[in-house]
Amino acid sequence: MSADAPSAAAGRPIGPLAGVAREPGVAKPDPVLVVDGVRRSFGGVRAVDVAHLEIQRGLITGLIGPNGAGKTTLFNLLTGFDTPDAGTWTFDGESLGDASAYAVARRGMVRTFQLTKALSRMTVLENLMLGGAGQTGERLSLALVSRAWRAEEEALRQRAEELLVRFKLDHMRDQFAGTLSGGQRKLLEMARALMVEPSLVMLDEPMAGVNPALTQSLLGHVKDLRDREGRTVVFVEHDMDVVFDISDWVVCLAEGRVIAEGPPEAIGSDEAVIDAYLGASHGRDRPPRRRPPHERGAA
Amino acid sequence: MIETVLFDALRAAIGPTAAAYALLAVGLNLHFGYTGLLNFGQVGFMLVGGYGLAIPVAVYGQPLWVGLLTGIAASVVLALLLGAPTLRLRADYLAITTIAAAEILRFLSRNSSSEDVTGGVYGLRQFAGDFYDVSPFPPGQYLGPLAFSANRLWAMIFGWAVAILLSLAVHRLMRSPWGRVLLSIREDEDAARSLGKNVFLYKMQSLILGGVFGGFGGMVFVLSLQTIQPDMFLPQVTFFAFTMVILGGTATAVGPLVGTVLFWFLITGLQSGVRAVVESGILPDVAAGQAVGASTLIVVGGLLMALMVFRPQGILGDREELRLDVR
Repeated sequence: MSADAPSAAAGRPIGPLAGVAREPGVAKPDPVLVVDGVRRSFGGVRAVDVAHLEIQRGLITGLIGPNGAGKTTLFNLLTGFDTPDAGTWTFDGESLGDASAYAVARRGMVRTFQLTKALSRMTVLENLMLGGAGQTGERLSLALVSRAWRAEEEALRQRAEELLVRFKLDHMRDQFAGTLSGGQRKLLEMARALMVEPSLVMLDEPMAGVNPALTQSLLGHVKDLRDREGRTVVFVEHDMDVVFDISDWVVCLAEGRVIAEGPPEAIGSDEAVIDAYLGASHGRDRPPRRRPPHERGAA
Repeated sequence: MIETVLFDALRAAIGPTAAAYALLAVGLNLHFGYTGLLNFGQVGFMLVGGYGLAIPVAVYGQPLWVGLLTGIAASVVLALLLGAPTLRLRADYLAITTIAAAEILRFLSRNSSSEDVTGGVYGLRQFAGDFYDVSPFPPGQYLGPLAFSANRLWAMIFGWAVAILLSLAVHRLMRSPWGRVLLSIREDEDAARSLGKNVFLYKMQSLILGGVFGGFGGMVFVLSLQTIQPDMFLPQVTFFAFTMVILGGTATAVGPLVGTVLFWFLITGLQSGVRAVVESGILPDVAAGQAVGASTLIVVGGLLMALMVFRPQGILGDREELRLDVR
């Protein structure tokens, strides 16, 4: 993906996916994540039942669907935070089916959480530095030998400081993360995930509870992940404006299944998607902005 | 009279028993303060440390260093046994398991069928000879009005040296990247996982390390008393240790040491004070005999409640940090 491409992201399928069919479970030219037959039930409710899904490398894929569609559950399954009843998936060609959450992250697939998990009683800088992968000083046997990790720590600190500047959190660097506002926590979480140097970033509702001014800057950061750093992004979002603004490809879940996928504009007029979002939006060219009440005004 | 009370209190506050409790508290602080592990059975580690040391020496005639190693090994094994099934589960399960395991261990060592090894309710003696043989202090009385015997002085200096050394080690560990991972687990273990940290491994390391500290506490305790009996290891020992940690300041390096000294100073001073008052006839019968202990516990309990109300972060804790905990 070239750096001058972002203008194309305004809802049009770009580059590699231009010729891909707009049907659920369609094969992509260069998938980084391939999901097969993943099922998860809670009691009698089948929360996730994805027959086949491929995520294209280097693009931003939006995951939408009404409340309870299984988006977060799918995230949890794919990142090892939950165990499926059945199914396999591969990341970068390697099976991840039974990897635990930390192992998934080490492979380069890092997630954030719908309810942000700022590590409250650690400083903002410490939050970021924690993200560094493969730290020598994290081994108990070497933790007391500061010579062994001093240089590494310094490099890590520099990388963290750069990210703090980029995410405009540098003025908070020595504050406890618990003192950050909701929007700042979202920024912190995204920056912290980047410290792991992931190739795939999974953002669970990155804009929820963020005020409109900050939403724009967060959107910019998400686009940067793709354009500046060539990372793949999968994100769950309820705000349709956001989805249409930044996604290259949209996957719609309902009742655990993939019911439609395609470029954002095709999805907006897809019959199945409109039905899933209940009849209210019939006659319009896209589903309405649906924000559940708990997200409203939370910024 | 006030002098007697003060010297009694001071004697206990810096004595070898306090040093042993300080070791328990330092370990507990690593578990609870830094990692967020609820270990309600620290006394179990103290027990296996103590018996681990005493049994090889007293029963099998081994030298002291063998006892030292078995004491450490026993603490590690206990941590592995307790941690393996529970550390993947919610924090409460470790709490339930540890408190039960500590009591099971106590009953096992009391049991008449284990009398050959543990000495049953009578316990074991004569395992501390080697320890006092290396004491650099010739017999006599030390520390002026505190009147420490040479043995007591040696046990005290040894115990506190170990406690201070381990506190320093914990302090340095917590300033390393390893410590940063522990803190992140305390704050939110799912966040730590999402960043590629093997949470189970770190929790286990913390449990083992803090447990071995507890084991050292048990060793210092039984060496200073030169005897070991099952009923030294009642569940309240753990809760006294928790009190010391919270009193001094949870998740601070020096807090557990300060808390231990203060706790023993208060509780012994009060005991001695009440006894002095009873002896002088001001408070007849009310606090006689057994009731001395009970009445001091009431006062200490009241003081602790006051502490929680007015200074919940403990003596050395950071109030700002505590406030952030309310999410």
